[in-house]
Amino acid sequence: MRVEIPNGDDSPHLRINLKVNGQSVDTSIEPRELLLDFLRDRLGFTGAKRSCDVQVCGTCTVLLDGRPVSACCTLAYEARDRELLTIEGLAKGDELHPLQQSFVEQTALQCGFCTPGMILTAKSLLEEISHPTRQQIQRYLKGNLCRCTGYWNILVAVEQAARRLQPEGQSESPA
Amino acid sequence: MLRPFEIHEPGTVEEASVLLAQFGFDAAIYAGGTELLLIMKEGLAHFPHLVNIKTIPGLDEIALSTEGDELQIGPLATHWELERSPTVKKHAPLFAEVESQVANTRVRAMGTIGGNLCFAEPHSDPATLLLAWGATLELSSADAQRQLPAADFTLGMFETARQPDEILTRIRLPLLSENTAGAYRKFSTHERPMATVAALLEVKDGMIEHARLAVGSVGPVPIRASEAEGLLRGQGAEEAAFSTAGELAASASDPIDDLHGSAEYKRHLVRVLTTQALEQAAKRAVGAVNEG
Repeated sequence: MRVEIPNGDDSPHLRINLKVNGQSVDTSIEPRELLLDFLRDRLGFTGAKRSCDVQVCGTCTVLLDGRPVSACCTLAYEARDRELLTIEGLAKGDELHPLQQSFVEQTALQCGFCTPGMILTAKSLLEEISHPTRQQIQRYLKGNLCRCTGYWNILVAVEQAARRLQPEGQSESPA
Repeated sequence: MLRPFEIHEPGTVEEASVLLAQFGFDAAIYAGGTELLLIMKEGLAHFPHLVNIKTIPGLDEIALSTEGDELQIGPLATHWELERSPTVKKHAPLFAEVESQVANTRVRAMGTIGGNLCFAEPHSDPATLLLAWGATLELSSADAQRQLPAADFTLGMFETARQPDEILTRIRLPLLSENTAGAYRKFSTHERPMATVAALLEVKDGMIEHARLAVGSVGPVPIRASEAEGLLRGQGAEEAAFSTAGELAASASDPIDDLHGSAEYKRHLVRVLTTQALEQAAKRAVGAVNEG
């Protein structure tokens, strides 16, 4: 994928390569460009949302080399030669990721604004700890705020997804 | 949108120091960006030049010293790495424990220990712990290097002893003796803590030999509660006057009224958290001796 700078100006540009949702992107960025604007306005991935804008609420969460980061307070420059995953890259065609499926089944969302961030943070957690305790889920998701659900169904959905992703259930020791 | 700036990518500490000296107050060191980008986004500060020290190899290393007596932490180690590092968990479990409580998962993934300390935000968790711990910070410029106790590093709110051309290149954490244990207590209603207390107790034959106590987040900089430390020296670890020590720490602290809470409430929290931290540290120290 090649992305052109919408309106060239005098500020310095950097040529970068990165992968977004498995696809190579080759483009120029300004050093001051924020990852969230880059994803939403330049690449059209609007799953990551802008809300608090100070890395407290988690609605802009994306995974950078598998780790959750706040795209609102990260420079696009940081993604150079790295891999980004946004919520758009999770489902395989029409087949939802187990986390997405569990969020639907457990009604772990109402307005849905926080959901991309919740699911991506949970994905990172489950990759590190396949069967987390309730407390581990709470600690990991502490920085993702939901103003609708009261969180309960979100915790249940993450636990259900954990069982789906690894039904054998060999659990690691807590981190 | 942020105002335009240029990013520099030095390959060595010397190169970075030269750039910082050249640009002076027009430059800022860029590492995790979790604090710097916030103030730049808010328009509180603008730096036309960011010196990205992440292009300098080796500054993220976490290792035991050759003598085996201290943990040496590179400034670019992220909170994420510090909370998970087997070396930290083995040799300084309390430090790993505190790192795992910094801000939130995303900030820990990006934010570095060096950035946290150099930014000197008054609610820093590691700054409170390192003050009690007696850590040493290594500062390097193009032609000099110096070692500074953590107590002399943080000078005020967002103010440190680091000179504009200096880079924090190492955090040196002496390993605690086997009869020393610590605990850390914090209380928050917002993202950043309202009050933080770090306590370290050295216990010998059931008696407290040394107590080290630091209170953070309630005022501009973390402080040592020396009167409380003095009171505990020589007392029995299991029946020491921890609540009196809590009161002394509360009166030593100088809380300010702000959105986190009133000065009165923060002073109350310092008293409670100090008592809890000391009780937990004593339990751990006595436990360690018994397992010994």
